[in-house]
Amino acid sequence: MAKAETLLYLDGVSVSFDGFKALNNLSFLIGRNEMRAIIGPNGAGKTTMMDVITGKTRPDEGELRFDGKIDLTAHDEAEIAGFGIGRKFQKPTVFENQSVRDNLMLALKALRGPFATLFHRDDDAERSRIDTLLATIRLTARRDDLAGDLSHGQKQWLEIGMLLAQDPELLLIDEPAAGMTDAETAATADLLREISKTHSVVVVEHDMAFVRALGVKVTVLHEGSVLAEGSLDHVSNDRRVIDVYLGR
Amino acid sequence: MTLRFLSGGLTGGRLVMLALLLASAILVPLLNLALPESHPLHVPTYAVTLMGKYLTYALLALALDLVWGYCGILSLGHAAFFALGGYAMGMYLMRQIGSRGVYGDPVLPDFMVFLNWDELPWYWYGFDAFSFAMLVALVAPAILAFVFGWFAFRSRVTGVYLSIITQAMTYALLLAFFRNDMGFGGNNGLTDFKDILGFDIQSDATRAGLFAASALALAAGLVLAVAITASKLGKVLIAVRDAESRTRFLGYRVEHYKLFVWTVSAMMAGLAGALYVPQVGIINPGEFAPANSIEAVIWVAVGGRGTLVGPIIGAVLVNFAKSWFTAALPEFWLFALGGLFVFVTLFLPTGIVGLARTATQRLRRMRKSEPDARNTGGSVTTEPRGQAAE
Repeated sequence: MAKAETLLYLDGVSVSFDGFKALNNLSFLIGRNEMRAIIGPNGAGKTTMMDVITGKTRPDEGELRFDGKIDLTAHDEAEIAGFGIGRKFQKPTVFENQSVRDNLMLALKALRGPFATLFHRDDDAERSRIDTLLATIRLTARRDDLAGDLSHGQKQWLEIGMLLAQDPELLLIDEPAAGMTDAETAATADLLREISKTHSVVVVEHDMAFVRALGVKVTVLHEGSVLAEGSLDHVSNDRRVIDVYLGR
Repeated sequence: MTLRFLSGGLTGGRLVMLALLLASAILVPLLNLALPESHPLHVPTYAVTLMGKYLTYALLALALDLVWGYCGILSLGHAAFFALGGYAMGMYLMRQIGSRGVYGDPVLPDFMVFLNWDELPWYWYGFDAFSFAMLVALVAPAILAFVFGWFAFRSRVTGVYLSIITQAMTYALLLAFFRNDMGFGGNNGLTDFKDILGFDIQSDATRAGLFAASALALAAGLVLAVAITASKLGKVLIAVRDAESRTRFLGYRVEHYKLFVWTVSAMMAGLAGALYVPQVGIINPGEFAPANSIEAVIWVAVGGRGTLVGPIIGAVLVNFAKSWFTAALPEFWLFALGGLFVFVTLFLPTGIVGLARTATQRLRRMRKSEPDARNTGGSVTTEPRGQAAE
């Protein structure tokens, strides 16, 4: 069962930049409809791991498989996004000069070629899908405002909304709670739990209260490889984890 | 279909500009041809030709705005596409001379006789047909743009590096066209044109006709550019301009989008060049000069990048100033041009159209804040780039 239900598979992945090993023999599995939190000190390789999965960086060695058969190392960003891997960046990156609605429209699952978009016409299905997304991310009232005018927390939500619009199988989410108020953080945790019922989610986060609120299995990265894995209580009692990360 | 297509983008200033172009396509020839020279409203032929030339520059500026204003590709080589279109038209006009050349050869243009060539090179075949020459005026720039773009965009060359290689591209063509062996008239280029489509190229009626054709081509170019930028593709282009890597992670093949808009833009520039040549009466390698491409960038910056209407205004205004300066104070023109570019970059980053938009927005807000003191949503948009078509 475990084998068939694995969505993302990393085995022995290594990446180095000018001799610095950003990822060192990294291996882990993400199951279908599983949510996983990834924690670790700065420089542990969390962002590089996302770069490797989404095709931004090519690994020097190791195996990366998605959905059993797709070799992610052989594809670029746009193709990997097409397979169903969506990514939210640490620093919220939305299209600042376009409206909230247009941001979602651009992310919406649809044909991605230039001629498809040139002759694209929006229909009722698309409009209602965008309305639903706007309600989910609580930005209905700001649909026609420029995304650049949103607050930091609202941009984070818009970016999560754009991820949902893509309807990917796997969501990679980098520090979703950064810069959010406590209430927003709690709401974000609720939203992610809801999403993980039908999607696989990998969340990179520093905020321990947030990770606890998610209540999922945790992987601790250190110096580019997995240091410990298990429930948050399990890893936070691990001596090595306390030494390199939590204790400091 | 096209009308529904345009519904989003053809608003305000763009509609006014389109109406202006269509009206002038009829009115200017009429005022030139139908009124006697003594009439106060008579437009002299030299003015018709001069304005026709400005309109072809405006079409070049519009083409440049499509790639620079909407997709962030700062081309410093757009004059290359313009000149290629011009050469295609020039070759047609050369073939129309027939045996009326200085040497009286029925087939070979004068410069080929002078070089002791016996027969027409193969790449001159077909240029006696107007339709073929017009096709080449569009296709030759398109092929160059496609091949250049294919390599540049696939290798993810962006920003200043791309600008530099576009400059190198036009410079390489400049050197190539200077060579007599190329078969395009070398240093002297192509000139001494006699007629176009059977009409005397010097006659008032032909001049008026060329002006009307330029105005209509610019109007069509504007409609096309509005259709492109108002579509979902246009929104993807703006996304590429503002956050290229983010767009990629959404699954868009950025290089395909760039290639599309780059090629379309090159074809528009080629058409502009083809209309330019019969009005100025000559095409020579000087048109490939890097300075020409840089001047076009200044027109766009002055008028307002990413506004479509702005570059048209900028091209006409700057060239009007150039005509005046080069007559009155010839030695100061380059200083004035350089000063203008510095001034616009520092104080008018959104150009004339951007300034007008900010002013109307401020006016509207002042008027709105009087009846109800409510904030009218969002912050002050000091940079109305791209979409916000007022």
